[in-house]
Amino acid sequence: MNWPSRRAVRVWQRDRDVFFRMWKAEFIPYFVEPLVILAALGLGLGGFIGLVGQQNYLQFLTPGVVVAYAMFTATFECTYGSYIRMEMQRTFDAIIATPLSIEDVITGEIMWAATRSLMTSVAIILVALLFNVVPFPTVVLVPVAALLVGLMFGSMGMFFTSLAPSISSFNYYFTLFITPIYFFSGVFFPLSSLPPVFQRISEFIPLAPAVDLSRGLFYGEWHPRLMLDLAFILALTVAFFLASLVTMRRRLIK
Amino acid sequence: MPTVVEARNLVKKYGDFVAVNGIDFQIREGEAFALLGPNGAGKTSTLRMMGCVSPVSGGSLHVLGQDVMRAPRGVKARLGVVPQRENLDPDLTVRRNLEVYARYFDIPRSLVQTRVREVLDLFHLQDRERSPIASLSEGMKRRLLIARGLINQPSLLILDEPTTGLDPQARLLVWQKLSYLQSQGTTFVLSTHNMDEATQLCNRLIIMHLGKILAEGAPAELVRKHVGKEVTEFRLFPDEKPAFIEKLKQAGLGGASLEVGDNLYLFDAHPETLGSLSHHARQTVHRQATLEDVFLKLTGRSLEE
Repeated sequence: MNWPSRRAVRVWQRDRDVFFRMWKAEFIPYFVEPLVILAALGLGLGGFIGLVGQQNYLQFLTPGVVVAYAMFTATFECTYGSYIRMEMQRTFDAIIATPLSIEDVITGEIMWAATRSLMTSVAIILVALLFNVVPFPTVVLVPVAALLVGLMFGSMGMFFTSLAPSISSFNYYFTLFITPIYFFSGVFFPLSSLPPVFQRISEFIPLAPAVDLSRGLFYGEWHPRLMLDLAFILALTVAFFLASLVTMRRRLIK
Repeated sequence: MPTVVEARNLVKKYGDFVAVNGIDFQIREGEAFALLGPNGAGKTSTLRMMGCVSPVSGGSLHVLGQDVMRAPRGVKARLGVVPQRENLDPDLTVRRNLEVYARYFDIPRSLVQTRVREVLDLFHLQDRERSPIASLSEGMKRRLLIARGLINQPSLLILDEPTTGLDPQARLLVWQKLSYLQSQGTTFVLSTHNMDEATQLCNRLIIMHLGKILAEGAPAELVRKHVGKEVTEFRLFPDEKPAFIEKLKQAGLGGASLEVGDNLYLFDAHPETLGSLSHHARQTVHRQATLEDVFLKLTGRSLEE
């Protein structure tokens, strides 16, 4: 493995340019999906749920949805998106013929995935404001948390992509990994309501600390545990990022 | 002339498979150089090592004075690479493809517009600058690939089978452009299995087969040295062959002939010495020797081996 360089920004710029060229196709889902989920679950289902702790269900739901969609955005980008660019469009091949290395390409791709996660989080927060969810000023740090979530799930997705034999492999990644994470990270209900065994397991689910962190920042509820959440996210990000650099080089440089 | 590429005992292995088996060659500045050979000869592997995207397994390879394994970024900054399989960015227009590619080379913005204009004009793509890639013909895509390879004004242009899969007109246009580039002093190396292409475009070449170099030199010189001026080609039916070969041997021409499938080739034989031989073949063709004959001679088997 070689270390990535500043040239990774060139790949980020390439992905950004493509995104904004097709912004009409890309932007609408940004707002529609969170709108649907907040309306259906927050308002609809929430009517049956009443209060979770001190909060109504919509308030409880919003911070988790923000990071969950940050996860989805980065995951799609670094699985299907990167795989198509790598195997079908051979964009990676074209780029590594220039002064950029494969490590630059992978780093730029993950950076772009995280940027999209950040944009997603901002969109959802704006939609939540329309629903009269009132956040604490530290909510401005939630997009930063979403960026970190994007780096983490981007790196994980990229690692899986480096091992994926075909594009249909991602079905497994989503059904066996991402979907359970989505439902068991405390987005929809407090993990404390699970049986103790499941609570122990849920501590190792990558999105759980992010949901915890997002909720703390959203409503300004400081707790030392949040530093632990942050450390967990960073550690996992670094591990998968480095692993994906190694496995991608192994896959592409022969 | 300074040396642009220097390969010494260069080896490429994929696991146990040896794709390039210890080859030595040099490319000098201003040359149009070809790696000629059939599929599986090791041409693409050699070009990929030059392009610093495939690690050297053995020996050494210097491109533009630098070791490809030690200074890949420095080397790649001065190369133009035209791949065999089209890899234009389908999400971007023709013009944006070139602009985004220029950015990978850190070409200043002020310069990018001039360069893009130059290469679009050179390859007759100026009317298509806003077109999506999917709307281009195969010939246009190939021209755009070459245009893209020139965006950084490379000291060496590497083209992997630049005309494979193109129709004759599109191929001719690519040939003309490459000839023009050579006349302007661009050094390039291309791989091809098209002997015509190597003869027309290149002033020096190596013939590769199964990872080895069989011959090296200028096209005309290679033909003269290995097969002479003329070739007689006997086209036979399989059942006629044994009897024909007997007659050939009786005429004392067995040593100078070559068997490829059902055909027999006789190199530089005087028409008088052939006597009545041609009456026994389904078809006899007497023609000028080409690189193709050199290749057949070097890879085929003689009757008296």
